[in-house]
Amino acid sequence: MLDDFLIRALLAGIGIAMVAGPAGCFIVWRRLAYFGETIAHSALLGVAIAVLVNLHLVIGIFVTAVVVVLAMYYLERRDTLPTDTLLGLLSHGGLAVGLVLLSFFPDMRLDLQGLLFGDILAVSRLDLAVVWGGGAIALGMLWWIWRPLLAATVSPDLATVARLHPERALLVFGILLAAVIAAAIKIVGVLLIVALLIIPSATVRRFTSSPEQMAAGAAVAGVIAVAGGLLASATLDTPSGPSIVVTALAVFLVTRLGRPRREVNAR
Amino acid sequence: MGVRRGERWIVRHVDITVDRGQLIYLIGANGAGKSTCAKAILGLLDIDEGTIERMSSLEVGYVPQRLALNPTLPLTVRRLMTLTGRFPKDHIESALAAVGLDRLGDPPVTTLSGGEFQRLLLARALIHRPDLLVLDEPAQGVDTAGSGVVLDLIQGIRRDLRCGVLLISHDLHAATSTGDDVVVLVPHEHDEPPPARPDPPAHLSRREARKL
Repeated sequence: MLDDFLIRALLAGIGIAMVAGPAGCFIVWRRLAYFGETIAHSALLGVAIAVLVNLHLVIGIFVTAVVVVLAMYYLERRDTLPTDTLLGLLSHGGLAVGLVLLSFFPDMRLDLQGLLFGDILAVSRLDLAVVWGGGAIALGMLWWIWRPLLAATVSPDLATVARLHPERALLVFGILLAAVIAAAIKIVGVLLIVALLIIPSATVRRFTSSPEQMAAGAAVAGVIAVAGGLLASATLDTPSGPSIVVTALAVFLVTRLGRPRREVNAR
Repeated sequence: MGVRRGERWIVRHVDITVDRGQLIYLIGANGAGKSTCAKAILGLLDIDEGTIERMSSLEVGYVPQRLALNPTLPLTVRRLMTLTGRFPKDHIESALAAVGLDRLGDPPVTTLSGGEFQRLLLARALIHRPDLLVLDEPAQGVDTAGSGVVLDLIQGIRRDLRCGVLLISHDLHAATSTGDDVVVLVPHEHDEPPPARPDPPAHLSRREARKL
């Protein structure tokens, strides 16, 4: 039953979800959903650049996303425009430039639908290696910056006084996010990738009492959503990205059905 | 030292010395630049004139005026204690005991009262065994009896750790009766009038914009 392409897609998806869960927790804690969208939208520009200079798509997307992260990091400190305006500029600017560039290659056999919504047929052996290799590096980086990043999330001032270099941790996290999004584009697509970051962590929040529990729980919830969504996609012939997000949403709603668990005060 | 924002001096000609074991008060009306001073001393702001000298390997503990927690971030009392460093269990317990929070169990910090949370932030600062403890209006939002408790706690910590304490406060009476020295910030009269608040909105939004 399980064709080879489906196994590859499943393995890639599980690899992505295991990183996207913990990374997504910081998206939720730091209210960075729009920042994630901006990186995702810039991916189309990354695709155009990858086509222009003949790079692997994931590498092109990653490099472009890192440039966007660095631009955002710089602009936030130098410019007086509000953060969401800057994000809007970069997000839609990147998307538009990417689409215009791609229109110069009408002969390119580029599956725009697949880019926007994900395509499980598209996962090659090389992609799988890129996802698992990159994912392992990303998890290692997250482990390394965990304490500074968490402290910076609670209070940048406290983190600075404790000499944890919160700015550095935030920059590393931005690059990590670029890597996760670049790796996930093929399976989930540009438009829905942020859902894979935030829905799993939102799902497990009320069952957890520490940041570390929530990160691990989000990884598990993400793996369930990806596996369920990809199997549904293969059986029902639905696009993979939306199928994964619908599954994640269904899991989220099911966990909301029960009586809300109050935070237990140990006194 | 002095800190300038644009052409306007927020604080200027401030001279503070905190020695080991001393309790120094920093007093001033709203807008006199108390928090700006504290942030400059903590290294959170760059100063525009003057110098700041620190003892080598100075360990600083900081208790901010307020801390807005995002409720989606699950944090318990004991997890918050190890936010900025790893500490053995008995250190955590003794720091919590020092502020009277040791018999609380390990509840989520969102269930604490304002006074309990303030004491937790104090415990979190002193688990680092600071040489210098900087507290930004620790008694704010606490009633008179509560502020006495906080002051007693601080005095006890100063004795036990033999650390210098810089305490930002409104309370001139407590300052003159318990402080080793009192530094009073007065609005700067040489140039424009001071801003209406210690942290003008432009500054706040800039710091908030630091979120990546």
